Parts: sequence; C-alpha cells; structure tokens
Amino acid sequence: MSTAAPAETQDLAPVRTDSLAELLISTGRPPRPSALSASLTFGWRAMLKIKHVPEQLFDVTAFPIMMVLMYTYLFGGALAGSPSEYIQYLLPGILVMSVVMITMYTGVSVNTDIEKGVFDRFRTLPIWRPSVMVGYLLGDALRYAIASVVILTVGLIMGFRPDGGFVGVVAGIAVLLVFSFAFSWIWTMFGLLLRTEKSVMGVSMMVIFPLTFLSDIFVKPETMPGWLQAFVNNNPITHVSSAVRALMDGTSPTTELAWTFGWALLLVAVFGPVTMRLYNRK
Amino acid sequence: MSSMAIETAGLVKTFGDNRAVDGIDLSVPAGTVYGVLGPNGAGKTTAVKMLATLLRPDGGEAHVFGHDVVREADAVRSRVSLTGQYASVDEDLTGMENLILLARLTGHAKKAARERAGQLLEAFGLTEAAGRQVKNYSGGMRRRIDIAASILNTPDLLFLDEPTTGLDPRSRNQVWDIVRAVVGHGTTVLLTTQYLDEADQLAARIAVIDRGKVIAEGTKGELKASVGAGSVHVRLRDAERREEAARLLGAVLDAQVQLEPDPVALTARVGTDGGRDGRGAAEQASRALAELARAGITVDNFALGQPSLDEVFLALTGSDTGHHHAPATDLEKEARA
Repeated sequence: MSTAAPAETQDLAPVRTDSLAELLISTGRPPRPSALSASLTFGWRAMLKIKHVPEQLFDVTAFPIMMVLMYTYLFGGALAGSPSEYIQYLLPGILVMSVVMITMYTGVSVNTDIEKGVFDRFRTLPIWRPSVMVGYLLGDALRYAIASVVILTVGLIMGFRPDGGFVGVVAGIAVLLVFSFAFSWIWTMFGLLLRTEKSVMGVSMMVIFPLTFLSDIFVKPETMPGWLQAFVNNNPITHVSSAVRALMDGTSPTTELAWTFGWALLLVAVFGPVTMRLYNRK
Repeated sequence: MSSMAIETAGLVKTFGDNRAVDGIDLSVPAGTVYGVLGPNGAGKTTAVKMLATLLRPDGGEAHVFGHDVVREADAVRSRVSLTGQYASVDEDLTGMENLILLARLTGHAKKAARERAGQLLEAFGLTEAAGRQVKNYSGGMRRRIDIAASILNTPDLLFLDEPTTGLDPRSRNQVWDIVRAVVGHGTTVLLTTQYLDEADQLAARIAVIDRGKVIAEGTKGELKASVGAGSVHVRLRDAERREEAARLLGAVLDAQVQLEPDPVALTARVGTDGGRDGRGAAEQASRALAELARAGITVDNFALGQPSLDEVFLALTGSDTGHHHAPATDLEKEARA
C-alpha cells in the first residue's frame, strides 16, 4: 500500500519527447484481443483491486462466518433439537445464502466504476463489448470461492460432516459458483441502471431478502402453509440450495440440477443482453 | 480513404430540452491539431463523446477517417483514443498496472505489454511512480499517465478533452510538449479547451463553440483578426478623468472602449483594423499611452494582453458568454481531482 503524499510536479522527471517519438513509430498494431483474452484481462483487473484494497474481502470472510454462527445457534435448538444436528441441514443453504448476498456487490462496483473516467476509456476500446462485465464477474467468482471456503471451514469446525465427501462438497460449490455468476447479471444491470450506490444496495436487498428467506434454506417447505410452499418450491434459490445440499450429501439431484442450470441460463439470457444494452447506451 | 480525420454534418445531441450539441459541422484535416474552443457547457465534451463513439448522435452524421461513428463504431474505435477531462485510468491500480491492462486490451501479448508499459512510463518520466497507485499521483502526473494510456496503441486520432484544466503552468507546458511530440509523429489531435492561449499554442485550426453551435471557424490568424490582436488594460490614478481617457483611447486606437466595474480601469481592444500581429498592437498601444501622458492623465498600471475567451465571445457573439455563471460542477470536480 502506498500512502505517500502526492509528489510535487517539481520532482517529476522530464518528459522525454525523443523516446516518446520513437515509441509512437512502433511497428503496427497487434491484432485485437479475443473475447476470452479481454475478459480474462478484466478479471485480472478485478484481482488487482482486491490486492490493493484487501479490506474489501471483509464481506466474503467476516460476514459469512457471522451468518453461520448466528443462524446455527439461533435456530438449531428449536428447529432440529441441537445446533450440531441443524448444521447438517443448514450449512449448504447458508452457503448459498451468503454467496447470493455477496453477489450484490457486483452491482455496487459496476455503479462506482461508471462514475469514473476509466469506464469511458474501456468503452472506446475495440474489444468484445461484454468483456468488461464478464471481467467483473470473473473477479467476483474468486470472491465467491473465498467465501465458500471460509463457510465450509467454519462449518467443519462446528461439526458439519458431509456424506458426499470432498468430491460432493467441491461439486456443490461449483454449482453454486455457476449459479452466482449467472445471478450477478441482475446486479450488473442495476449497477448500470441506477444512479447511486445506495439505490443499488437498496434494490439488491429488496430482491435478495425475500428470495433467500422464502426458500428451503432454513426450514423444510413441508412445514409451511400451502400458498407459501407454492412460492418456495418454485424459488430458484430453493432449487440451488437443494441441489447443493444433495451434492454435499452424496446424492445426485438430477431434477434440482436441471432447474438450477435452467434458471442460470434464463438469467444470463435475460439480464445479459439488457446489461449490454444499457452499457452501450450509457 | 478520406484525407479528413473527422467530418461531421449537422451533428445534434439533446438531453431532454437541452440541445447540448445543436448542429455542428466540422472538417478536421488529418495530421494536424484542431482546437475546439468554448466555455463550460458549450457542448465540447458532448461533441467529443459522440466522435469517440461514447454517445449516440440524435441527428446528423459524423465520420472518422471515413467510418461512420454509429454504424462502424468498431472501426472508429480501433483508430481513436480519448483522454477525458477526468482521470481516464483506474485510480486503484498503479501506473504500471494501468498501462499493462490497456496494452493487453489492445492486443499486446503479456511480455510485449509489460515492455511497452515500461517504455511509456520511462518516456513520460513516470518510472519512479510506476509502482504507486494512481490515486496518489499529483495532477500533472495524472495527466501524463492519462495521455500515456491514450497513445499506447499509437492512435491515428487522439481526443484530448481539456487536457490542462486544473494544471499548474509548468505541468501545462509539459502537456503541450507531449501534444507537439504526438502530432509530430503524424497523429491527428482534436483538442478541446477553454483557454485561447492553449489553442493558440497548439492548434492549426480552431472552431469556437457556444451553446452547441460553431460560431467561428478558421486558422488562428483568421480568428484573431476577427477578434483583435489584444486588449489594452489601463488603470488610472484619478477616477474622475476616466471619461476623458476613454474618449482619447477610443480616438487613438479607433476601437471600442469598455469601462470596467473598477472605477479607475478601462479596457480597449486593439488591432481590429489591420494590426494582425502583436507588434502592431503594441505600437498602437504605446501611441495611446503617449496621448494619455500628453493630456496629463496619470496611468498607474498598463497591460497589453491577448484577447481573453470572454473577449473572443464578446467579439463573436456580441453578448456575454455567461461563462462565469456556467455550472461550476465540472471545475469543482477537477479541483478536487
């Protein structure tokens, strides 16, 4: 971290116009980067930002730990007899909830970036247009992975014992990351659509709270009134958390996986083009 | 292929009721510096953004090197580069990381990108600051890294949107040197500015924009001739003799004399009648001084200045620009940056 005061102009080395001229007479331009290469480069940018401002990892470390501890001990006794019983059911769900909640920061970072001139520069580059957005999401996928590892570690310490073993757990996380990547396109859209960071946060909470709470994350849907079951059973978050829970449990939830990937495709198909339309119009 | 870098016809952009750009026709020859001069809010930035494919025009046409900015936006993007009014690099990254990022995005392989970034930092005198986050750079350093990022891929056309607003005179001169070096290589530069002397220093042709319209266009010489070579500012010791001094100055200079709010100050434009260069203006001014002395009017202070932007506008539009009342938000942001 550099905290040095801005240097005075007087201390600046002179501009070397002769070597500048030489640089300008360079040999032709390289071909434009591929869509993948441009996206990965923007992903690299997201990682550099994490490197320079590591405090931003707070929300993917402390927040999930808090979630696991809070809900396990708050509901564990009442819902499953004991916290260690409850965590077997809760952990995959709370993992989904935490990561889905973290996705909203994608919108916030898109929104704060637009305010800055660098966005204009990216938009004047002859590159695959969605690569800027994909770059954000790639960087965020890393954050989701970190959050997942943190939650699992805490869970294992608290007595979570997945029957699916290592393979089941990794498969569960992989499914969650794919879904979160797709889900984040909602936030890139809002990040471009709304004017302030605060309104992005506000809208995100409005969407995320009902979606995560009205799901099977905390309790089994069978215990709910019929009209609520109708919503909960069709909530994409329910499909994701059921799929992740089953995978970690060592079973192969074909139906739930199909629903999860179906929702993921739908989210990208709807919010991807809307995001790009807003991005091009901005 | 057109020899014109930019050609626009009736370019229009509206934001609600505000016609920010209201029918602009421009022809910018390739290989030159073209100055777009105007006060805050005149529509300079909006026009540049349309030419750089950032904004979609609401009317008219614009071609950059023969490519339509809407239909062939990608072809335009591969040949232009924009340095906006505010830092157009990522402030959280270091200077080096920013340049590598852009080098990668313009298609340089990893090693080549690092090399190119290092060379540019060196040429711009930023090697020492390479590893520091741009948010810790001074104003002059920011402008340098901005411009370095813009010329990284040797653009054929470089847009510089008010490149020296908010810079101290020394940094400003350095930016001018860079612009000259860039143009010397053959890049076309479209420069927007609020300062007449900046356009004067760098641009071959100048367009003056006000309220979204081009109100004058031509070479520097043509433009100056239409405005006058400069202004004589006089401060008298005795306010009571101002009327007399104004009459005298008006007669000797054959020019309009303006009484300033300060009761002892007056301003006269000189050089409108054939005095096309600074010397002509200076000679006329010294004659005027002599006349004042002969009449026994004591002059405390005297200055011969280039016409200010306000004076250019006064001459071109016959009305005040409202320059000082223009929304100050841009400047405030700049001051904070």
